[in-house]
Amino acid sequence: MPISVQSITLTLNDRRLIDDLSCTIKSAGISIIMGPNGAGKSLFMRCLHGLAIPDSGAILYADKPLNPSIRKQQSLVFQTPTILRRTVLANLLFVARQRGIDDPAISGEYLRQLRLDHLAHHPARLLSGGEKQRLALARALITKPTLLFLDEATSNLDPASIETIEINLQSVSKRGTKIILVTHDVGQAKRLADDVLFLHHGKLIEHSKAATFFKNPKSAAARAYLAGKLVL
Amino acid sequence: MPIYSESFAAAFHLLASSDNDLMEILALSLNVSLASLALSCLIGLPLGAILAIRQFPMRDFLVGVFNAMMGLPPVVVGLLVYLHLSRSGPFGWLGLLYTPEAMVIAQMILITPIIVALSCQVLEDLHEDYKDFFDSLVVPRRTALLAYIIDARYSLLTVILAGFGRAVSEVGAVIIVGGNIDHLTRVMTTAIALETSKGELALALALGFILLAISLAVNFLVQWLKASAKRRAYV
Repeated sequence: MPISVQSITLTLNDRRLIDDLSCTIKSAGISIIMGPNGAGKSLFMRCLHGLAIPDSGAILYADKPLNPSIRKQQSLVFQTPTILRRTVLANLLFVARQRGIDDPAISGEYLRQLRLDHLAHHPARLLSGGEKQRLALARALITKPTLLFLDEATSNLDPASIETIEINLQSVSKRGTKIILVTHDVGQAKRLADDVLFLHHGKLIEHSKAATFFKNPKSAAARAYLAGKLVL
Repeated sequence: MPIYSESFAAAFHLLASSDNDLMEILALSLNVSLASLALSCLIGLPLGAILAIRQFPMRDFLVGVFNAMMGLPPVVVGLLVYLHLSRSGPFGWLGLLYTPEAMVIAQMILITPIIVALSCQVLEDLHEDYKDFFDSLVVPRRTALLAYIIDARYSLLTVILAGFGRAVSEVGAVIIVGGNIDHLTRVMTTAIALETSKGELALALALGFILLAISLAVNFLVQWLKASAKRRAYV
């Protein structure tokens, strides 16, 4: 379902972190949110998912405000994943059961897909950073979300883990899951993005198709960002 | 220090001969402590969980009160329970004064704040960790609560044992409300106090050794449980 963001604003401790942000995000493909640190990317994503509530404005999913039923069709992979104090398989089963999936074989299938099947009975908190992030993605995918958020989910990961995650993202995107991804990695954005939202100081500076954005960014901030210059 | 070896030998002899009086005292000590612990857990764990997870007016004040109550002076608790259970008190009609039940009540009042405050702390830390994930997943509150308790089970076990330690070693309150009556309300700690006052130091120390052994055994059990839990999945 398309997402209509209507003039949302969020202020915390007298700092306007999201400033009159409006956009429409299509219901298919991979949208990438980019921007320098402190631009409000993660907060904007949290607003989209209902973990943060804007002071004003509205976020509508196919003209409906966000509600628990819509949220249950979404998954979010955090930058630092929360890992339950259980085995890898039990982590996955917990999430699966929240969506009425009780068959351990299905969980096993997702573990295989994310190259974690050999670790199924290991304590999940003892996994490496990349393995934890792959587990977080497996947990997100097992719910078969229509909308998948990823908040810098591949930062600090080794190339093999990034590749596994990207292959899975492209695969689920092709199967119809909408993906919204926050990243600083320009290379990753170029590999995955269908459209790019560029944020700066809580404002949406640019929202355009990926090819257009990377070839001919309209704003000076985006140009500087893509050129690897310091964007203040 | 011959008294230590003498006491150790006396303790060993008492245990080896399964001395009837000792077994009676030991059984009553464990019964009273475990009963008060069970009741405290029944009240304290859900209360601690609610304080950890829910935000409501006066919540911080209540947490502060329970934290402060962890240091309740046992003699004061004993005195208050005594006043309420004595014939002229509001609950005098129950006839509970100088019974093991009165001792359970007094110990429960002492332990419950410990269970509430420490379990609240344990679950609050876990809640901080899990909150966003559970919110994102739209996990029902009851399921979340169960998950917190399951995932914090070994830390909560330590909390429960802290309560048990307080209960089994407590003397001030139980001596006031129990009266230290032979074959009725005499427990390890009150027996030690009595034997010491009689000058029977060897016997008092022997009882002390047994009390210490119980405490050590319980703590080793927890260590073992934690170690085996880590080997499985709980980290």
